[in-house]
Amino acid sequence: MHQGHKHFLIGCAIVLALAFALMATVTNEYVFFATYVVLQFVVLATAWNILGGYAGYVNFGSSAFFALGGYAALVIFKWLALPLGVQIVVAACFTGLLGLGIGLISLRLRGIFFSIATVAIAIIFETVITNWDFVGGAKGLQVLRPEPMVPFTSYTKMLFFVMLLMALGAVAIARYIENSWIGRGLRAIRDNEEAAECVGVPTLKLKLIATVISGALMGAAGAPLPMYLSFIEPVSAFSMNYSVSALAMPIIGGTSSWLGPVIGAVLLGTVQQVVTVTISSELNVLIVGVLLVFFVVVAPEGILGLVRKLRAPKVQPTGQTRGQTSAQTK
Amino acid sequence: MTEMLLKVEGLVKRFGGFTALDDVNLTVRQGERLGLIGPNGSGKTTLINCISGALKNDGGTVVFKGENLNGLAPHQRTRRGIARSFQIPRPFHSMTPIENLAVPLEYVTHRGRGRSGQPKADIRGEAEAILRDMGLGDKMTIACSQLSQVELRKLELARAMAAKPSLLISDEAMAGLSNTECDEVLEILFRLGSSGITIIMIEHIMHAIMRFSERVVCLDAGKLIAEGMPTEIVKNPNVQKAYLGA
Repeated sequence: MHQGHKHFLIGCAIVLALAFALMATVTNEYVFFATYVVLQFVVLATAWNILGGYAGYVNFGSSAFFALGGYAALVIFKWLALPLGVQIVVAACFTGLLGLGIGLISLRLRGIFFSIATVAIAIIFETVITNWDFVGGAKGLQVLRPEPMVPFTSYTKMLFFVMLLMALGAVAIARYIENSWIGRGLRAIRDNEEAAECVGVPTLKLKLIATVISGALMGAAGAPLPMYLSFIEPVSAFSMNYSVSALAMPIIGGTSSWLGPVIGAVLLGTVQQVVTVTISSELNVLIVGVLLVFFVVVAPEGILGLVRKLRAPKVQPTGQTRGQTSAQTK
Repeated sequence: MTEMLLKVEGLVKRFGGFTALDDVNLTVRQGERLGLIGPNGSGKTTLINCISGALKNDGGTVVFKGENLNGLAPHQRTRRGIARSFQIPRPFHSMTPIENLAVPLEYVTHRGRGRSGQPKADIRGEAEAILRDMGLGDKMTIACSQLSQVELRKLELARAMAAKPSLLISDEAMAGLSNTECDEVLEILFRLGSSGITIIMIEHIMHAIMRFSERVVCLDAGKLIAEGMPTEIVKNPNVQKAYLGA
């Protein structure tokens, strides 16, 4: 347990060191521009997994939290001209609160009904934003990036670094939840909610904790979006692609552990970026779809489940040899 | 007269226009073994759902240890000492039997302590002790999907017991089991009863009810139609007409 904790911290340190090395050596801005997207999906997939993977509540409305994070940041920027850090914190608080509200309304619904409610919520908020002139309405809003903060030489590098910190933070939070009383309770809820409630698990409270954290992280992932693109408009910000990716990545990686969404997001996000540059950006969606179908059919427990399965037969032969030796001694 | 543990007064539960429970009054003494019988659809499970909090009653009160439970969620009632098993076993299927028991141990028995301080081994040890007690000693770390029907019933009872209840409601823990398996489960329930736990047993298997219960109540169409000693109950004309098929 403590050993795992140490390994995780060492892993984080290595990732940070790599990032610093990258920023010091690579001058091609596109590398950071593309890596940012992958990291953004790490946050989004990790956030989705806290509710979808641990508690078994499938959220189809991730794009709403993501986009509203971006729009909350935009409002803070346009209205008060506050820096990126404040924008992210405000966006996370806002979408966290939104998660609480939506949770209170929709968590009475179970299974597919909850999922349908989340789709409806995404549509409602997109409509609201489309009709709000202050944030540009349907035609969107151009944003002028301010100067990057002191140690950074470009704004894109700064955004990359900020997103990396958020990705590490999100994974650390997910990992903490997974190994805590919250995670064990959520797992009981996923297995059988009524039984969980009857053995003393405060199911509503735990589900609300999960929606708040999940929503806040999704909002944080979306908060730098206006600065990243220097532009924001509702159709692309609320794009169904975010919702689909947010659930496809954990499912492909494996939903049972914090590592699953990370693997899924890095793998799928990287493939998408490579395909966008080499073939076409429209092929992205197809790739996500095909991979999702492939994994649901072939490896329903994702890459992590597949690895576990491949490892399992290795254990059996040793068991057999043990059996044989004991037979021989007889 | 021993102390009253559970007092159900004027309990009413409706599903739309259908009245599932109609003015049900029931008292259970501390340490009693109560049998609850009645034909299918008579409201037995609805009654225990109202007692355990899975359903909200539309009228009347459920008083447990002198406290009105109306409005309390099931997990709050479990913390106050009411535990139940499910008619169709509902194990946490992604967990081993030990992990199944660890949930109530962490959330009820060691609530607050387990958050950070309590060493894990303690909960594990307690879970192992309960499972051994229930005759699941050799199945503690296998997947729940590999458990047999009778083992799943025992796991249901074991998980309920891990919450250290003062009242255990057993919902048809023996349905569909063979005679010897029934006896195993019955023996467990007797043992729990003799350790001072109050037990309400819902069952269709009459010989189990007759052997186990100190007192039997019979529900029919949402009403309590009879109450008494097991030997009296089987002779009661209302019970014979409604349930025993005489």
